[in-house]
Amino acid sequence: MKDFEFKPFEEMTPEDYATVGFKSGLEVHQQLLTEKKLFCHCPAGQYSDVYHAEILRHMRPTLSELGEYDGTALMEFKTKKDIIYRINRKNVCTYEMDDTPPFLINEQALDIAIEIGMMMDANIVDEMHIARKQYLDGSIPTGFQRTAIVSVGGSLPYKDRTINLIQMSIEEDSCREVSDIGHRRVYLADRLGMPLVETVTAPEMKTPVEVAEVCEIVRRVCRSTSHVRTGMGAGREDVNVSVDGGTRIEIKGVPKIKSIPLLTYNEAMRQWNLLKLREELKNRGITPETFEAKIDDVTRFVNKTHYKPVFDAIAEGKVVKCVTLKGFKDLLKWQTQTDTYFSREISDRVRVIACLTTQPNIIHSDSHEVTLSTSEGQKIRKFVGANTEDTLVIVWGSEMDATTAANEIVIRAKEATVGIPSETRQALWDGTNGFERILPGANRMYPDTDLPPKKITEERLARLTAALPEKYWIRENWYKELNVPVDLIKDLSTSIFGNIFKIAVSEMGISPKLASTVLIQFPKRLKKMRLNVDILTEDIFHNIFSAYKNNKLSKDGILYLLVRICKSGEYKEDYLSPLATEQDLKNKVKEKIFRFENKKLYNDDNKKVLMIGMVMRDLRGRINGKQVAEYINNNIN
Amino acid sequence: MSTNESYKGYKGAALDTLKQFEALVWSDVVISTEKAEFTGIILPRSEAADPNHVVIKLRTGYNIGIEASKISNINIEGRKEAHYKIPEKAFPVDPKKPRVKLFGTGGTIASRLDYRTGAVIPAFSPGELYGSVPELADFCNLETEKLYGVFSENMGTEQWAGTANAIGAEIERGVKGIVIGHGTDTMHHTAAILSFMVQNSPVPIVMVGSQRSSDRPSSDAALNLMHSVKAAAESDIAEVTVCMFGPTSDSYGLLHQGTRVRKMHSSYRSTFRTIGDFPIAMVDRTKITPLRDDYRKRRTDKNVIINTAFEEKVAIVYYYPNMQPDIIDSLIDNGYKGIVIAGTGLGHVNKPLYPALKRAHEKGIHVYMTVQTLWGYVQMYVYDTGRDMMELGVIPSANMLPEVAYMKLCWALGQSNDPEIVRNIMLTPIANETTEREPSNGYLILQGGIPEVEEFISKYRK
Repeated sequence: MKDFEFKPFEEMTPEDYATVGFKSGLEVHQQLLTEKKLFCHCPAGQYSDVYHAEILRHMRPTLSELGEYDGTALMEFKTKKDIIYRINRKNVCTYEMDDTPPFLINEQALDIAIEIGMMMDANIVDEMHIARKQYLDGSIPTGFQRTAIVSVGGSLPYKDRTINLIQMSIEEDSCREVSDIGHRRVYLADRLGMPLVETVTAPEMKTPVEVAEVCEIVRRVCRSTSHVRTGMGAGREDVNVSVDGGTRIEIKGVPKIKSIPLLTYNEAMRQWNLLKLREELKNRGITPETFEAKIDDVTRFVNKTHYKPVFDAIAEGKVVKCVTLKGFKDLLKWQTQTDTYFSREISDRVRVIACLTTQPNIIHSDSHEVTLSTSEGQKIRKFVGANTEDTLVIVWGSEMDATTAANEIVIRAKEATVGIPSETRQALWDGTNGFERILPGANRMYPDTDLPPKKITEERLARLTAALPEKYWIRENWYKELNVPVDLIKDLSTSIFGNIFKIAVSEMGISPKLASTVLIQFPKRLKKMRLNVDILTEDIFHNIFSAYKNNKLSKDGILYLLVRICKSGEYKEDYLSPLATEQDLKNKVKEKIFRFENKKLYNDDNKKVLMIGMVMRDLRGRINGKQVAEYINNNIN
Repeated sequence: MSTNESYKGYKGAALDTLKQFEALVWSDVVISTEKAEFTGIILPRSEAADPNHVVIKLRTGYNIGIEASKISNINIEGRKEAHYKIPEKAFPVDPKKPRVKLFGTGGTIASRLDYRTGAVIPAFSPGELYGSVPELADFCNLETEKLYGVFSENMGTEQWAGTANAIGAEIERGVKGIVIGHGTDTMHHTAAILSFMVQNSPVPIVMVGSQRSSDRPSSDAALNLMHSVKAAAESDIAEVTVCMFGPTSDSYGLLHQGTRVRKMHSSYRSTFRTIGDFPIAMVDRTKITPLRDDYRKRRTDKNVIINTAFEEKVAIVYYYPNMQPDIIDSLIDNGYKGIVIAGTGLGHVNKPLYPALKRAHEKGIHVYMTVQTLWGYVQMYVYDTGRDMMELGVIPSANMLPEVAYMKLCWALGQSNDPEIVRNIMLTPIANETTEREPSNGYLILQGGIPEVEEFISKYRK
């Protein structure tokens, strides 16, 4: 193993990542902008914490198509959780609760998915087979997610190279977790069944920053169809990370792209340090073959303890188990991630598998924290026959949970002699990650017997190809050539108004600067005024541009007109007042001068400014400010 | 291996392509098309699917179909055949536990998946059952016997009589409880006929099924099995009952009287409801809670009566406005011996049917009236139309459910064709198929939206 120590995040260079063999791939989830859910007719995108009823379910593992049980499935079964679903009658029907078979797939969602596949130059499959991907954590009440491959392969341009894609699938979203305490996990079912696509990239990213940048590209490709949802939770990603000699580890549910670099850095560090831990164990002569551990009930030695968590547990009739890890001295404080140690790997397993969710859930002899008294520690050490080279881990809970926990501690400690266990891990707020579950394999995929395969016809592909927007990077280059203001290029390249921009500039002769300002910047300003910009359509902008072109609308009048449209909710021809003539301007100025007669201004210089303001207020939308200012400056003393 | 097995399910263009490259199902392959390469295992194809696509399981576990005409090459790299096997473990025997017999008639109570047709294949031996639902060993020593393997809609005279006889034989052998696995669609028909064919049973006879097949993690099969086996092993309810989910939550099951139960939703877990009365008991994994005390109690004798009489020429006619009399005429002309009408309201049909009903009566056909409202009694004295019909020989059958009346008439006509005897059998309750009174909580269809109902469902998991 290479002699390399992880530096703080900011000091790591691309060469450092090359040294450890950092490799990462992405699974980017993107919700689609549809009216209804994927396999039922519930409205999509209606979220609420309000619920009207609860349903209780349990999950049992089943056999896979290839006749095997899946590892994760068995793990989840070990945990024996009560799963509670909170359901709101407005956004959940009997389909989501697995009391009604699926309806046929939402065609609108499938169109969007195919569109995204096309934007990524992927091969759309000829015949789509809907699969059931098992999730025994309860996040989907059926126990599986309905999912199907829409496209295979494809690629995205990144810097001077391309990132290859493995596949893209269309699938139903899962429940939102509310809480997971002890043997009870609670979910809200509103998000369940929402259509989304999952784009899987090849593991071709070489640094944490690259992972975030490529994720941004995938996100922008999806957005450039303008048929996907935006906002909190509409896009989430799973990040796969490995280092040389490590294991592919999946970090699930990363909500923000900007948290990817630190998360992947920490995961790379964790793997590197776990590999080093294995080396240390080997140096101590501890291998999978020689690994030794034992479990003892030590309740009677600590039933008068001053350490509150254990005291309380015993008072509730729970038991205390001690796991002796032979020769592990000090290894539970072996660093794995930033401010995180091997003891957390163990504590996480105990939390998830034995459902001991109250922290702390273990204490151990490698820690200097004050927990059990020295004499209690000595009594236990003597009873279990441990020597000073051994580490003792104490865990407490009901007989069943404490036994599961003690067994799991032995399992996890032994895995350290093998390397890095295949797991999915959850992203934590501080950039580190924690154990979520054993990595599921291909064995958890079953054909969905409720729905037939679906042929994707040539006619459908032709129809979607014809309406496909241009790729955003091609659009970006063109905007640069046109000198579109730099701060507008990014948004314009994925905007729903790309097409009308093209028409305005290429066919109507509108300046690229004006067109992009009207299409991108103005809606943002209107939004800040709390106006509903969703009603602005290509047609409305087309009308505005042609009015401007035909001298029926001044440049300054455009924003004013948009305000009127947003307020009234529609575009009307009579919102266009005739442009002011030179004579209109003269008359208006005369009228205003009259109002200044016999009035003394504190500062006479302000007179012109006030005049311009008063005239503009009356002629708004019919004349450009510049023209008014010039006239007043030149003709008024 | 025959061509059939080698290229299972394939036909037409897809079969030709596979043969061209000698790519048998379960081959581990790289398939090349003009645009792309796909690596995976060739799967058998569903026989109902089109002849133009080859299905492969990609390394990621997903299946896709590739159009055969686009395939330019198939490179075979190996072979991986699936072996479906439910882990089989010997069912433990505990001399202190009661002996329970599980009969299988079909349905999806415990099953595995057939990759090809998507159908589920039942798991049934005690070893297989123990492998998938080990909790069953907590309640009993289980023996199993597969009587039939049919979907519930294909149950018929032969299966009903066969099942009744098998029950009789088991009781004779001293079994402590009987569980019958059955498809749910017609479970209430079978429950009704068994209530008539098997009388005076000393032990519980519990019918069970599942609304979600056991190849799904959220299946109700395992819990239904546990509930039914517990009821058969431990309860003192010596009746023919149906044991299925009470609420849709994984919470408790209900034991419904075999003659008062009906499937009321096409897909819900809690689809079975007792109609016009309330269930006999609630059952969960730890306890059985009787809701009534008027059921027949478990006994130690073996004095069961098996009577498998059955007349097949009986029909059930679901009346609708504007029904033409030729519907009745055709039954008469086709030699039917009994007709159960599910009439509107209190038990009515329109006047144009009267002549046909009169003709049926004259031909000696036994006509019984039930209500399509399911809840409530036939009452033919309230309106003239009812009285007119009784004069035409139509016999009201109280609050017997239409399907139950059908089953009972088949059974009665199997014993006699004498109108008085048949009438006597029909109107004398054997297993609560008619009751003297409908309790006020016998009709409870909670109406969603009403504030107090919403409050109720927000408090109790349904």
